[in-house]
Amino acid sequence: MSNKAFQRTYTRLEAITKATVTLRAQGVSNDELATVEGRLAQVVKIKGDLITLQVFSGTEGIPTNAEVLFHGEPPTLEVSEELSGRFFNAYGDPIDGGPRVEGERRQIGGPSVNPFKRKQPSQLIPTGIAGIDLNNTLVSGQKIPFFADPDQPYNAVMAMVALRADVDKIILGGMGLSNDDYLFFRHEFESAGALNKIISFVNTTDQPPVERLLIPDMALTAAEYFAVDKNEKVLVLLTDMTLYADALSIVSNRMDQIPSKDSMPGSLYSDLAKIYEKAVQLPSGGSITIIAVTTLNDGDITHAIPDNTGYITEGQLYLRADTDTGKVIIDPFRSLSRLKQLVQGKQTREDHSQVMNASVRLYSDAQNAKTKLENGFDLSDYDGRCLEYAKAYATEILSIDVNIGLTEMLDTCWRLFAKYFSKAETGIKQAMIDKYWPAD
Amino acid sequence: MKATGIVTGIISNLVTVHFEGDVAQNEICYIDLRGTKLMAEVIKVSGKNAFVQVYESTRDLRQGDKVEFEGHMLEVQLGPGLLSSSYDGLQNNLATMEGVFLKRGEYTEPLDHDKVWHFTPIAHPGDTVYAADWLGEVKEGWLPHKIMVPFSFKDKYTVKSVAPEGDYRIDDTMAVLTDTQGDEHKVTMVQRWPVKVAVGGYVEKPRPYRIMETGVRCMDTLNPIAEGGTGFIPGPFGCGKTVLQHAIAKQGDAEVIVMAACGERANEVVEIFAEFPELIDPHTGRHLMERTTIICNTSNMPVAAREASVYTAMTICEYYRAMGMKALLLADSTSRWAQALREMSNRMEELPGQDAFPVDLSSIISNFYARAGIVKLRNGQTGAVTVIGTVSPAGGNLKEPVTESTKKAARCFYSLAQNRADKKRYPAVDPIDSYSKYLEYPEVIEYLKERVGKDWVDKVQRTKNLIRRGKEISEQINILGDDGVPISYHEQFWKSELIDFVILQQDAFDPIDSLCPMDRQEYMLSLVLKVCDIEFKFDNYEQCSAKYKEIINVLRQMNYSEFKSEQFNKYLEQLNTLLSHE
Repeated sequence: MSNKAFQRTYTRLEAITKATVTLRAQGVSNDELATVEGRLAQVVKIKGDLITLQVFSGTEGIPTNAEVLFHGEPPTLEVSEELSGRFFNAYGDPIDGGPRVEGERRQIGGPSVNPFKRKQPSQLIPTGIAGIDLNNTLVSGQKIPFFADPDQPYNAVMAMVALRADVDKIILGGMGLSNDDYLFFRHEFESAGALNKIISFVNTTDQPPVERLLIPDMALTAAEYFAVDKNEKVLVLLTDMTLYADALSIVSNRMDQIPSKDSMPGSLYSDLAKIYEKAVQLPSGGSITIIAVTTLNDGDITHAIPDNTGYITEGQLYLRADTDTGKVIIDPFRSLSRLKQLVQGKQTREDHSQVMNASVRLYSDAQNAKTKLENGFDLSDYDGRCLEYAKAYATEILSIDVNIGLTEMLDTCWRLFAKYFSKAETGIKQAMIDKYWPAD
Repeated sequence: MKATGIVTGIISNLVTVHFEGDVAQNEICYIDLRGTKLMAEVIKVSGKNAFVQVYESTRDLRQGDKVEFEGHMLEVQLGPGLLSSSYDGLQNNLATMEGVFLKRGEYTEPLDHDKVWHFTPIAHPGDTVYAADWLGEVKEGWLPHKIMVPFSFKDKYTVKSVAPEGDYRIDDTMAVLTDTQGDEHKVTMVQRWPVKVAVGGYVEKPRPYRIMETGVRCMDTLNPIAEGGTGFIPGPFGCGKTVLQHAIAKQGDAEVIVMAACGERANEVVEIFAEFPELIDPHTGRHLMERTTIICNTSNMPVAAREASVYTAMTICEYYRAMGMKALLLADSTSRWAQALREMSNRMEELPGQDAFPVDLSSIISNFYARAGIVKLRNGQTGAVTVIGTVSPAGGNLKEPVTESTKKAARCFYSLAQNRADKKRYPAVDPIDSYSKYLEYPEVIEYLKERVGKDWVDKVQRTKNLIRRGKEISEQINILGDDGVPISYHEQFWKSELIDFVILQQDAFDPIDSLCPMDRQEYMLSLVLKVCDIEFKFDNYEQCSAKYKEIINVLRQMNYSEFKSEQFNKYLEQLNTLLSHE
């Protein structure tokens, strides 16, 4: 970063903690960026002329006579079409060896959309994964996380969803990605030949955790540029939001704030909401959709991070390993897309919601039959058929490796219904049965 | 003389201001961020330093920036035009803001100053009047909007003149009043009131004695909320809190509805914006939006304004109550408001209470709910503010400060149960944990006997017992197995299932089932209890469950049919056939 004429330089620190430094300075604004001994820092507290700076990469080795330069503005990102296809770090600097991006400088973490000016989300986002499209349909402008255990292939599923989704831009915000995962995303994007519509902001595990705090704002500033200025459909992927929240708790801890539940800062809800609520359907046609990953600790969704997330997002998706078929499936019981009724039967075939409900109900009957079987009870004929159906349903519909269109998904379900059940057992409206029940 | 000051410290949205002159607690000030004025409220004074919470982002703010104090607390404007408007927590009109993004420091007028209203006088020259007395009225939609003596007027006044019937704008002088000193005061259609102060101007606040009908069976039948009463709905995410609230907003028997979306999802508010203008009020046949005001401070909007938003909503309700109307306030969610208090208390480095919430959380919540109530006005009429808040307990655990504090303040408790939501038994209101204290009020019992039926309250209590007994038995069946209990136990269990499926569960998305008027609720409950009276003779438990499943199916079809229609009667006949087989 080159010196600029308006920059002010100081060389005397009053206090140093693990993550912050304090010095006396004049005319400093709140949220302003500074460089401390070459490391980026941001103003977090002003008390008279005592300025406290949060140093993103930590304060190890910073001396009391460190050189501090104030930049005169909060963190910014230069936005232009040139962002496409590029990889950046948390500060928006290229990490792919390419040149700096030239464009309009925008402050990150900008204002919110006036709720009155939003449009109701109404565009289906097809992914080809039937566990999502059929049972938990995604809608543009939605925000939805995967709740996943760390050993589940959430990043792979997310990359798949992103590449299949019909959107103009995909923006990846990687927080605490392992280097392997970073290379995985890079490889997936490159081999899909879709690199020109993808922009990545990545912080890997070997980089300081506090830097992660900039990633979502960077990614969403780029997203707003394409959605608002260019009227594009933008999909933002954020992984892993649990690591983001962990970084928040580190900072609040260093700032001596009183922790609330699970040692998270009291403002966790607002902090997460500020990110997720950037998802929007704009009146001009552009949209921002957010798919995030929140890793769970042993499936515990009462922990403050998934709990607060669940109150903010419009549903959640669960992955589960299905032992009967050996497939990873989208759990049809716990997953939920709150916006699905906005498109089901409106942009999809009329039988969509009926087929969805019947297929999940029959799958749940199969679970009951399984419990019966495990407890050593006799199975009825219906129970036996349910179990057979469940296997086929898990393989042909719920499994994440399914890649078919919505009409095919619906037809597959009808085929399975006809194979294993009588018309009455499905409990579907007569008019739909008359129209869609397979002929033979 | 208004005070001024300069910024000396900033931590997030808590700003320290060194001031000259005098400032008051909760006084409003504007911080001049080099051209952009940021609104803030004093929350603590120490020596010459005032701590203010800023209602906007404090980015770019500097030490030395100038501050001007306004000499009054956070106020709202009250006048015709409030209904069908959408405001943020500080009563800025969201519809008239420019651009797609909310701009910092942009404040818009809440009321339309150019709109013309047709005024009819009520008071006459020479009348003696007090604050909140009616001087005249205009038609706001179909509601008679009273123009009152401003709430801030103390002592008594004599009406000198009232404008004759005709068309006026809200800033026109509608009346001139003379105070006891002989000074004259002009009254327009609009007045201001500080939101954190309860509006008075009524003679007495009796105990609630009427029921506010919502058309939701698990509320009206089992645990009714009183007009002027208080209730709250706690529940984990995904349990249908919002659907239930929207159902109450659409169907609640109130003349004015104020919805405070406090720190919740923006798309949920968009749903209201998109749906409500299309929906028809079942009680009057008018558009729902005409009786609704939306206060919208979604989760990504400034945190400090969240707290203000629930008070803004309450003040608007109280304003309509003073006109002799029934107002209903729906606050979703009060937990977000409490979290805003926690964030601020944390920045002020106050000693924390449980879960880092401020220690006075409980008293703040009970003060808020205490503003609800039915009131007798000086002219003998009554008005009411009914409050229903939702609570979002962390991790779905009801043993947390906001739920516990609200439980002390609110008289009705509608507990949303995760296990009911998992089984898709909606609304997921737990019939055993939930309660309504109003069912213990003798005046409410009297009212219900009059309104619904002489033995109604007994029927309700009997229903509750059947549900409780059913739950106990289902636990025993789980332990002992289907064969381990007598058949009569199965029958008891299925009686509670019958009540669950026919009375408790209700389809909020079905045009007929979603709204169940009181006479229909009475009819269905009596019918269900009649079935429960029958002692069937079953040979085994499978026969029992099969029989009850048939009965449930027929009764549910009745719920989906127009009341007492041909179809409805057809199912009733089917039911009678089913029962007479025994």
